[in-house]
Amino acid sequence: MSPETTILVALLLPVLAAVSCLLLGGGLGRPNLRDIATPLIGACTFATVWRLAGDVLAGGRPELVLFEVLPGVELAFQVEPLGLLYGLVASGLWIVTSIYAVGYMRGHHEQNQTRFFTFFALSIFAALGIAFASNLFTLFLFYEALTLLTFPLVTHHGTDEARRAGRVYLGILLFTSISFLLFAILFTWRLTGTIEFTPGGILGAETSSGMVTVLLLLYAFGAGKAALMPFHRWLPNAMVAPTPVSALLHAVAVVKAGVFAILKVVVYVFGLDLLGGSNASLSLMTIASFTMLMAAVIAIRQDNLKARLAYSTISQLAYIVLGAAMATATGVLAGGMQIAMHAAGKITLFFCAGAILVATHKKKVSELDGLGRTMPWTFAAFFLASLSIIGIPPLGGSWAKWYLMVGALETGFAWQAAFLGVLMVSSLLAVFYLMPVVVRGFFATSPTAGPSGSAGGDRKPIAEAPFLCVAPLVLTALLSLALFFVAGDLASLLSF
Amino acid sequence: MIEKILVLEVVLPLLAAPVCVLVRHPRFCRLFSLGVIAACFAIAVALLVEVRGGGVISYQLGGWPPPLGIEYRVSTINAYLLALVTAMALVVFSFDSRGGPPRVPEQRRHLYYAVFLLCISGLLGIAITGDAFNIFVFLEISSLSSYILVSLGGHRRAVMSAFYYLVMGTIGGVFFMLGVGLLYQATGTLNLRDIAARLEPSLDDRGTVLALALLVVGISIKLAVFPLHHWLPNAYSFAPPKVSAFLAATATKVSFYLLAMVLFTIFGAPFVFEELRLQAVLLPLSILAMFLASGAAIFQTDLRRLLAYSSVAQIGYMTLGLSTANATGLAGGLVHLFNHAVMKGGLFLVVACLLYRVGSVHIDALAGIGRRMPLTSAALVIGGLSLIGVPGTVGFVSKWYLVSGVLERGWTAAAVLILLSSLLALVYVGKVVEVLYFRKPAETQPVDHVREAPLGMLAPAWVLAVAAVFFGLTTDWTYGVAREAAELLLAGGI
Repeated sequence: MSPETTILVALLLPVLAAVSCLLLGGGLGRPNLRDIATPLIGACTFATVWRLAGDVLAGGRPELVLFEVLPGVELAFQVEPLGLLYGLVASGLWIVTSIYAVGYMRGHHEQNQTRFFTFFALSIFAALGIAFASNLFTLFLFYEALTLLTFPLVTHHGTDEARRAGRVYLGILLFTSISFLLFAILFTWRLTGTIEFTPGGILGAETSSGMVTVLLLLYAFGAGKAALMPFHRWLPNAMVAPTPVSALLHAVAVVKAGVFAILKVVVYVFGLDLLGGSNASLSLMTIASFTMLMAAVIAIRQDNLKARLAYSTISQLAYIVLGAAMATATGVLAGGMQIAMHAAGKITLFFCAGAILVATHKKKVSELDGLGRTMPWTFAAFFLASLSIIGIPPLGGSWAKWYLMVGALETGFAWQAAFLGVLMVSSLLAVFYLMPVVVRGFFATSPTAGPSGSAGGDRKPIAEAPFLCVAPLVLTALLSLALFFVAGDLASLLSF
Repeated sequence: MIEKILVLEVVLPLLAAPVCVLVRHPRFCRLFSLGVIAACFAIAVALLVEVRGGGVISYQLGGWPPPLGIEYRVSTINAYLLALVTAMALVVFSFDSRGGPPRVPEQRRHLYYAVFLLCISGLLGIAITGDAFNIFVFLEISSLSSYILVSLGGHRRAVMSAFYYLVMGTIGGVFFMLGVGLLYQATGTLNLRDIAARLEPSLDDRGTVLALALLVVGISIKLAVFPLHHWLPNAYSFAPPKVSAFLAATATKVSFYLLAMVLFTIFGAPFVFEELRLQAVLLPLSILAMFLASGAAIFQTDLRRLLAYSSVAQIGYMTLGLSTANATGLAGGLVHLFNHAVMKGGLFLVVACLLYRVGSVHIDALAGIGRRMPLTSAALVIGGLSLIGVPGTVGFVSKWYLVSGVLERGWTAAAVLILLSSLLALVYVGKVVEVLYFRKPAETQPVDHVREAPLGMLAPAWVLAVAAVFFGLTTDWTYGVAREAAELLLAGGI
């Protein structure tokens, strides 16, 4: 297959998955076949994206131009390192999630499963479109498509709560993208006459520093999926969705689309040279640091496990924005790495939250006392993933934090040490919002142990969630461990 | 060859109307009209292909050369309008409304088709003729027939709104007539190009300025420019649904062409936009339309009124493109003619489907319909997304060029306002979608008996829904043509 066809196939496979879901689940009424087809096609998608990796690592930039939409504006794709990484993460974790989703949706007796799996596959299509977009128009097209395609997933339950959450979700995401992102794109088009992603950037050195700051902030807030404060409220709201959605979309594909867009814009629209050491860079770093700390503090106070994880995601996303805002090679490397590391870690945490819900119907952290003993696999995976999010070796997350700290020191700002401090405090806060879950699970005594209180004698039997739920979360937990050892390959992929 | 058949564009529907009256067989009339419209569409497309790239086709009625005789003259912009009107007429006419407008008994159905054909020929005539008085004649033909069409809606208030429309439309017509009279007095000719060549507009010449004022106000009433739009919401919401779809997709578009032609061809951009500075009025009114009419749409409880107010807002986008007076912005306004026709025509056809099956398009009656009529509702969602301007739909293309044109003028604030105003569309579209898919039907209004609309209705609505996406991704025949037309207008030609 030529690289062009490979890109096209990678994009179309999720669409095929959606169609086969509709046919097998809806028309033919074969839900079992439907649930086998999705992971299989997912595996094919991942393999197809993987085929592109060799090319990209060798320095190639496979391209696919579909057609010209407006004069000078094409619907076109180009695979470069950042996009490849994001595409690999999204399609790879899609396989695991689609297996997990089968266990979850059946174990939790959810309605409308065919619609669910169809839109899920279409969301992956949009995510891959974002990953491979070669210009701002294509990026924007798929960015908006992702918002709209995930809307039926967020409002899956159709309750009043889901409807309200859906309103906030669409409201914030479309508001930011239309009023900030689209405006920024049009302004870039006006200034430069092009919206192609170009190595080294398209904004010339003559752009005034005030203009650069305004544009950068428009892009950063416009990519509302990055959940920078104060436009973060949609993410906790999106947690009303079934857990597989929270896991893959609202910890990986959707939120990463936002930060990925910021990274792309920094590297290929502004260019590291234009931004590095500028006021624009400093102001975005400040906003990212604020978001990082605030979200972490709020996370500590959440009792609902998924809400806590959502605020943790907001905080962790800010790491990536911080990396992008540094506008140095190390910063971008750290940001890219955090995309992968956080994805593996956070998806595990959400899988665990879902598994706990399926097995025990418990949603709150305060209800988890003693559960670790009945659900050892789940809680062990939660523990590993937490370590990765916090950034403790030997787990993948530690590398992202490491490079971020190096990057913070490399920036020429007078108060570089302050950013270093922010990163450290933030890791500390992560300990506070993640570890209580593990501690309660393993060490607190279960309130249902009985009034007799003799906890030592009666060991409760293992009562894990269905196998299809537990296997994926163990797998992704091991993945975040494995990522620690392949970080070198990632670093060489992302060297700019 | 093509010059010979050019005149058929107007003559065919004009002659088909009396044929319908004579034959009186409703089924024949329907199929016959459809055939005539299809022929007109074919001619329009042939014309557009012929003149694309700067060609001009001229036809002298009765062999009398202009400026004495009446000249039909087709350049890119005329052909664009002709194709737009005939395409929309074709789609709307192929919509099988199962029994026609409620007020018309079977034995008088042929009159309905005759009036419809007259309206079409009037609109085509305006777009094709190069003679100012001829324009007035066609304007009245199309207006009078559309008053009749509106009055055929089932509700009692249809007659009242048609009457109100008639009063407003006639005032507009008179203004236009007076303006043409003043121009004739100043130049002694009625041929548009001749007027343009002889007229030397200046601010000191009160007669010319007055003529411009009369023409602009007259056309603005017909175009429903804010705040002269009051006839429109009632007319669109009480007319038969098919008529609303047709008028929303075509009538205002032709008026817009007329306005652009008066400003750019007759008076010329330098006089209108540099000496007179018309944009000082047009731009604020456009922005007010975008916000106030969209705001009004949010509070409507009847889907037709909601769409009608949204039309007023969309007209604001078009006039905003006009007031930039640069190629990008004007092309954005012109391309929005087509884009808005596609989306609003499609949405009104969806309304017709809903009316047929549910019996009402009050927002409360639509609760839970999303599951009962999935295809109709999906078409509504696509049209709605297009109104918001989501990329991949026609609405986005318009917005892209309108904002670009405005930025080119350096009106950054206006650019921001355009984008913000599309969020109002998000609110009113979101409101409808939420009701369709999430609200439980009321106990008193069970929807279990509601079925999907029949294919004859669904197909035309979906043709427009698909077009809304197709032309959102391929713009050579929409934006490409609009751009050509805009450059032609700015150069003072038609």
